[in-house]
Amino acid sequence: MKHIVKLLILLVAVSAFWIGLLETVVPRSYAWLLPVYFIVSLGCYGLLMVGVGLMHFPTCPQEAVLLQKDIAEAKEFLKQRGVDVDCD
Amino acid sequence: MEINKNKYSIIVPTYNERLNIALLVYLVFKHLRDVDFEIIVVDDGSPDGTQEVVKQLQQVYGEDRILLRARPRKLGLGTAYVHGLKHASGNFVVIMDADLSHHPKYLPSFIRKQLETGASIVTGTRYVKGGGVHGWNLMRKLTSRGANVLAQTLLWPGVSDLTGSFRLYRKSVLEDVISSCVSKGYVFQMEMIVRASRKRYHIEEVPITFVDRVYGSSKLGGSEIVEYLKGLAYLLVTT
Repeated sequence: MKHIVKLLILLVAVSAFWIGLLETVVPRSYAWLLPVYFIVSLGCYGLLMVGVGLMHFPTCPQEAVLLQKDIAEAKEFLKQRGVDVDCD
Repeated sequence: MEINKNKYSIIVPTYNERLNIALLVYLVFKHLRDVDFEIIVVDDGSPDGTQEVVKQLQQVYGEDRILLRARPRKLGLGTAYVHGLKHASGNFVVIMDADLSHHPKYLPSFIRKQLETGASIVTGTRYVKGGGVHGWNLMRKLTSRGANVLAQTLLWPGVSDLTGSFRLYRKSVLEDVISSCVSKGYVFQMEMIVRASRKRYHIEEVPITFVDRVYGSSKLGGSEIVEYLKGLAYLLVTT
């Protein structure tokens, strides 16, 4: 089953649930607004995830140092064996 | 300890990477002792002499270890992998960038992970503990994180790093997945891993660090965001 089909089925199920709510328990005015609440919450959740991810974005400054060492070692070795490693 | 009888074909597409390819080859040989591998350089007619440097490297390391399979001009990343695959004699294939943002020191951890779990695909992720990036400003991190959250929400891909291109594939799996992918550029990388996930291939992740390129110029351009969104929409509907 394609992913989009899965999502559409989920959407249909949630819509059916919402329509059910409209008909029965919850006062009409609140029920009509549920989709809006849902979308806004989804948006907020997304922003939160982006923010949290940004705060905890793993960085590795020490890797840049190690890379420079590796580059120097590589240039040394290759130069001795006739490979052209001059900077471009 | 069991001897690893697998052979690994490392496909490296290049365009104007004359210095980086030499450094990369040295580092691969340094970190993959006792492993049977070959490096397949797919160069798209670089005007800077990349192919000459590769020939020099062949003199040092052997023409059976370094294969130069060039193409006449820039023909795109996806087709570069397909081209490299045709000449790959290993039963596993590694794809990685030539610009040293993918460090060969992680190759043993990819191999080890695959041997431990029997996975069909091992993909490097920058976004978990033990991984990381360097040289990215706030804007880049923001777009990366935003793109990732959007993709996770829409696609449920099952991997944490969708656009990463440092991966180990079982050769038969790569052949299967690549034949059904049609995107270009890095959306292609996303399409590969999403399609593999949909086909229920066993995918494992290892943390990698990604240091922004030191030499040469990046091939990434300006209209990425639009391309990315288009790519997401395409993947949403077709996978």
